[in-house]
Amino acid sequence: MNAVTATVTNVEAVRATLHDAMAADDDVVIIGEDVGARGNVFLITRGFLEEFGPQRVIDAPLAEASIVGVAIGMAMQGMRPIAEIQFADFIYPAFSQIVGEAAKTRYRSNGDYTCPLVIRTPYGGGVRGALSHSVSIEALFYHVPGITILAPSTPRDIKGLLTSAIASDDPVLFLEHKKTYRSVRGEVPAGHFTIPFGKADIKKSGTRLTVVSYGYNVHQALDAAQRLEDENVSVEVIDLRSIRPMDKTTILESVRKTRKLLIIHEDNKFGGIGAEISAMVAEEALFDLDAPIRRLCGPDVPAMGYALPLEEAFMISTERMQDAMRELAFF
Amino acid sequence: MAKTDTARTVSLDRGGLRDEQLVAMLRNMLMQRQLDNRGFQLNRQGKIPFALGSEGHEGLQAGAAMAFVRGSDVLVPYYRDLGLVLGVGITPVELLANMFARESDLSAGRQFPNHYTARARGVASVSSIIAAHCTHAAGMAYALKYRNETGRVVLCTTGEGATSQGEWHEAVNFSAVHALPIVWLCENNGFAISTPQSMQMAIEDVADKAPGYGMPGMICDGTDPVATYRTMKVAMDRARGGGGPTLVEAKCYRFLSHSTDDDDRTYRDRAVIEEQRKDDPVPKFERVLVDAGILDAAAVAALRADVLRETNEATDAAEAMPQVHADTMYDNVYAGSYEPWLA
Repeated sequence: MNAVTATVTNVEAVRATLHDAMAADDDVVIIGEDVGARGNVFLITRGFLEEFGPQRVIDAPLAEASIVGVAIGMAMQGMRPIAEIQFADFIYPAFSQIVGEAAKTRYRSNGDYTCPLVIRTPYGGGVRGALSHSVSIEALFYHVPGITILAPSTPRDIKGLLTSAIASDDPVLFLEHKKTYRSVRGEVPAGHFTIPFGKADIKKSGTRLTVVSYGYNVHQALDAAQRLEDENVSVEVIDLRSIRPMDKTTILESVRKTRKLLIIHEDNKFGGIGAEISAMVAEEALFDLDAPIRRLCGPDVPAMGYALPLEEAFMISTERMQDAMRELAFF
Repeated sequence: MAKTDTARTVSLDRGGLRDEQLVAMLRNMLMQRQLDNRGFQLNRQGKIPFALGSEGHEGLQAGAAMAFVRGSDVLVPYYRDLGLVLGVGITPVELLANMFARESDLSAGRQFPNHYTARARGVASVSSIIAAHCTHAAGMAYALKYRNETGRVVLCTTGEGATSQGEWHEAVNFSAVHALPIVWLCENNGFAISTPQSMQMAIEDVADKAPGYGMPGMICDGTDPVATYRTMKVAMDRARGGGGPTLVEAKCYRFLSHSTDDDDRTYRDRAVIEEQRKDDPVPKFERVLVDAGILDAAAVAALRADVLRETNEATDAAEAMPQVHADTMYDNVYAGSYEPWLA
C-alpha cells in the first residue's frame, strides 16, 4: 500500500477505481444505461467511452434483466463485466437473473462455470428521489447464498472493496449510497489497494454501547456519537461495509465489551439486516448483554414519499440517532 | 454399415452431407429416442424421480448438431435438447448419470435431468427458468466477438413458449444491436406444457418476429434433419462470417407429455397425436436413407440394435455408479468459504 493518499469524494472514488480496473484488464467492461456518451447519470464514467471505446463501455438497451443477463454470459465466457443498474429501484426486472442465475451459476455447474460479475447500483434516499429513486434493496438479496453484498461508506472503503469485487470470481452486488456520493470526502490510498470481504471497520472506538450500521447512516452515527462525547457517553461505531458475508468477530468482540447493541439502517426494520444481526448476537452473546438489542430503522411503509415531510420522516435524523444512543447508554 | 456406392441415390436432398454424416444423424436420432424412452421407463419403474422427453424433436436436433462445430461453437441449450447435446458430444452414459443423479453426473447430482454443463465441450450450464439462458447466450456471443474469436458461434435454443418471455426479446434484440455471432433456434412443437401456440402469440410463424429485430428469420421442417441442417448451416455460416444473428424456427411436434409428471390426455386429443405420428421424424428418415440406397433394411436393424445395446450398457453403468455424498452440498457455493458469517 502506497503511503501517498488523495482526498476525494465517494463518487470520485468509484470513478477512479473503475478507471484503474478498466486500464489494468481488457476483460473488464462496463455495461449499463447511459454509461457511454452521457458518462453515467452521476458522471461516474464520463470520458470512459472516448478512452476505452464502445466495445468496453456499452450503452445497454433500456432493459435491466438483460443488462445483468448479458453480463452473466460474458462472465461465464471468462470476462469480468461490471453491470450498472442506474438506480437500485430499477433492479427488480433483473431479480431473476441475480437470484436465479448469477447466484447459482457456480453451484449448479459444480464449479464448471463461474460468474465473476459486479453489479453496481446507487441506492438510498434523502435526495428527494421519491418512490422510485430512493430505495434500499440489500434485504431483498442478503438472504441469497452465492452472492456477495457490499455497502461501503467512505472513499477508502469504496476503493478497497470495489477493487476486491472486480477481482472476485463470484457475483458481487455493490451498493453505493447516493447521499454520500458528493457529501462524503476522505483519503484514498494510492496504488493497488484492496479490502477483503466480510471485514467490518470500527470507525470510532467507544465503551458504553456498540452501534452497527452501514452506508450513509454511518456518517450520521459518527456525528451523533461525537456529540455524545460532550455528555461523557462513549459510543463505538462499527461500519459493516460488507453485508454478506458479515463480520461476526468484530460485532461480538465489540458487544462483549460494551454490553449494549444498537443497529441502525435506513432500510425498513421488518426482515432487515438488523434482524439477522440481532439473532446472531442473541444466539452467541445473550448473557453478555446488559440491555435489550435495539434497532433504529426506516419505517415499514412501501416507499419513501416525495414531499419533504414524508422524506424527512422516513430518513433517520442524526438527532434521533443521538436520542436512541443516549437512551440505550442509560438503560 | 454405410454403403460407399451411392449410385442408386434418387432425389435425395443430402444438403452436401456425406453418407456417413447422414447415417450419423440417423444414429443420433435413434439414440435420442431410445434414451427418451429409457428415461420414461426408468421413471415408471421407480428408479428415477423425473424424466423429460424430446420425442418428435429428433430430426431438427440431429440437423442442428451437424451444423455445430465441436471445439469451437458454444451451445446454450434448453431442457428439451437431448439429441442436440448428444450431437455435440455429451455421451449416453453422462445423460444416464444425470437421470440417476449419480456422483459422476456433470453437475454432481445438483441438476434436474436434461440440464447439462460441459464447458470444455462448449455446452453451457442453464437453469430451468424459461428464456433466462437467452441473455447469457447473448453475453457469451458478445465475448466471442469482443475477443475477435472469429468463426466461433453461439447456438441458443428455446421452445416457442419461451419467445413470450421478455428476456427472450431482450436477448434477441441485444444480439441484433451488436450483430453478434449467434443463432436463435426455436424448436416449435406447438405446446408449452399444455398451452398451445395460439395462446402464446397471434402469429403462425415465430420466424415472423425476426424482422422486428432487424435480423433474418428462417423456417424449416424440423422433422427433417437434412432440411434443418441446410437451414442451420446458412444461419451458422452467416454468424461465422460476421453477418450477425438469425432466428431459425424448426417446426416439429411433441409426441410425449411435457414430462413424466404431466399427463397430456388432459389437453390433447389422441387422434391428433396419431395423425402427427405419420410424420414421425425417426422412421421417416430411416425410409429416406433406405430409399436412397444409403442403408438397407438389415443395416437399419443393426443400427437400432447397436443403439439399444449402448443404451442398455449405459443404463447399467450409470445405475451402478456411486450416489452423491451429502457433504458435497457445501462445495462451490463461492470460490472460498460458503459461510455467511465470517468468524
